[in-house]
Amino acid sequence: MYDTIIIGAGMSGLAAGIRLAHFDQRVCILERHSAIGGLNSFYRLGRRNYDVGLHAVTNYAPKGTRRGPLARLLRQLRFAWDEFSLSPQVGSEIAFPGVRLRFSNDFGLFESEVVRHFPRQKDNFRRLVAELCDYDQLGRAGTGCSAREAVAQHIDDPLLVEMIFCPLLFYGGAREHDMEFGQFSIMFRSIFLEGLARPLVGVRLILKKLVQKFKALGGELRLRAGVERISVSNGSVDKVILDNGTELECRRVLSSAGWRETMRLCDEVNRPDEHPAGRLSFVESISILDAQPRVLGHDRTMVFYNDSDKFHYGKPDELADARSGVICSPNNFAYGQPLAEGVMRITALADYDRWAALDRQSYQLAKLRWYDRMVASAVRFVPDFRSAVVETDMFTPITIRRYTGHENGAVYGLPQKRYDGRTHLKNLYICGTDQGLVGIIGAIISGISIANRHLLEG
Amino acid sequence: MTADEIKLAIIDILSDIAPDEDISDLKEDVAFRDQLELDSMDFLDIVMELRKRYRIQIPEEEYTELASMSSTVKYLEPRMRDVKQ
Ligand SMILES: Cc1cc2nc3c(=O)[nH]c(=O)nc-3n(C[C@H](O)[C@H](O)[C@H](O)COP(=O)(O)OP(=O)(O)OC[C@H]3O[C@@H](n4cnc5c(N)ncnc54)[C@H](O)[C@@H]3O)c2cc1C
Repeated sequence: MYDTIIIGAGMSGLAAGIRLAHFDQRVCILERHSAIGGLNSFYRLGRRNYDVGLHAVTNYAPKGTRRGPLARLLRQLRFAWDEFSLSPQVGSEIAFPGVRLRFSNDFGLFESEVVRHFPRQKDNFRRLVAELCDYDQLGRAGTGCSAREAVAQHIDDPLLVEMIFCPLLFYGGAREHDMEFGQFSIMFRSIFLEGLARPLVGVRLILKKLVQKFKALGGELRLRAGVERISVSNGSVDKVILDNGTELECRRVLSSAGWRETMRLCDEVNRPDEHPAGRLSFVESISILDAQPRVLGHDRTMVFYNDSDKFHYGKPDELADARSGVICSPNNFAYGQPLAEGVMRITALADYDRWAALDRQSYQLAKLRWYDRMVASAVRFVPDFRSAVVETDMFTPITIRRYTGHENGAVYGLPQKRYDGRTHLKNLYICGTDQGLVGIIGAIISGISIANRHLLEG
Repeated sequence: MTADEIKLAIIDILSDIAPDEDISDLKEDVAFRDQLELDSMDFLDIVMELRKRYRIQIPEEEYTELASMSSTVKYLEPRMRDVKQ
């Protein structure tokens, strides 16, 4: 009999597992895949490791910082700052036609760029920042108030509005076009006020640390152990049944598989679908270069680009939307030593259904075609790196679905979050993407706070 | 446990929670909140660590007693007198 069974060995499930195991619970994490990490995984192809998911860790704070999500999660999980080996970004940019706003981990740069390009918005921008700083960071807010409306009350230049929304939607927008103001505040803080960083070896370092700690505390991790069904009797979970038929008894279950996915696992009759599924997914092209991007004239960490004055964040009418995207160069962080190879990654919005409808051959062809289109679009905003490319790959909404189990390959899950983490069953809870906080740091905080709130009592 | 032993036990818990902090020059009478910027989640952790390590139950209304080192030791002393290290 386990005290708690956790479904999913992504960032949120591992973080929750550490909390519970630390306080002496018998915990088992069940993961369908043969590898941990969920969306933040990595794979090996042609002798190279490719990161899926991670561009950058948000919420960066230098060593010694005591406030904010990063400091909080380090304390809660008992990590020293150095263990995540975070190197800060060199500097990023939001690029629209004719205007570029640079930003870095020093908020003063972003502020001065806004003032330089939009002098009339100076005080408006400061008022907006002051307002969103007051918001609760734990994601409990959930006021439902539209960020577009809230921002429009302060800023009256539509171009600046679009430029601010572009990175925030790309990094955390679960619904089309807009987000909740609480979510917007959290994202604004995590990217502009705090900032971006990355461990030299990538996300696997953080995953490895989480798993090592979990196991050292006596936690049990089972890979290739998908949960097929959650068995319910008298309004509570009594056991879970794995794909291979194994039954495991437990007092409680914490699921990071997603809200709808978790509801579907419960074996009682028809749960009404009260929450529509998320529709937003991504494609990503990966280019390996024979030179460091800097040598080719590219020194930005991230470039969020859009080729018109209006940013369209929604499900595209084609396989993907090449008008806008995120260009990430993992080389351009301030590491102590350079990465072995140059890498350029470009992410764009994509439509899961269209990718899912392709047969094998058309799927391969579509990957090639969209690689070309996305890169051609991106090199309007960064130096043309195409002659330096030695190897390429693409991942699609189908890949995301495979790694996370999320319906529609929806990267940020449900548009409507479940902030309290509760379900219709008294001993079943959810954490991770659908609970409210997205991103790597958000998912870890989600696992910690749901474990603390519901699973550590008694 | 004696007052000194309790103090060492608290220092041990704090350095576990905040491994990057130098706990050795902690001021006795200044609130942990102000010295280390601990938040409510961290206070809950001090309570839970005490329960885990020494089986001491602290009722929620008395959490405020754990504000600083001196108030914590004063509060815990009668409650941990019979606790063995
Ligand atoms: C292209 C891309 C780029 C991104 N870039 C960044 C970035 O730069 N910075 C950032 O902070 N975030 C980024 N993210 C987002 C970040 O990866 C996620 O928000 C975060 O990983 C979510 O973690 P999670 O624990 O909630 O869920 P997941 O990672 O989805 O974990 C859920 C786990 O549950 C498992 N599972 C599901 N169903 C079952 C079942 N029935 N039985 C057993 N196991 C099951 C899955 O296999 C998975 O391992 C990016 C995402 C994508 C797709």
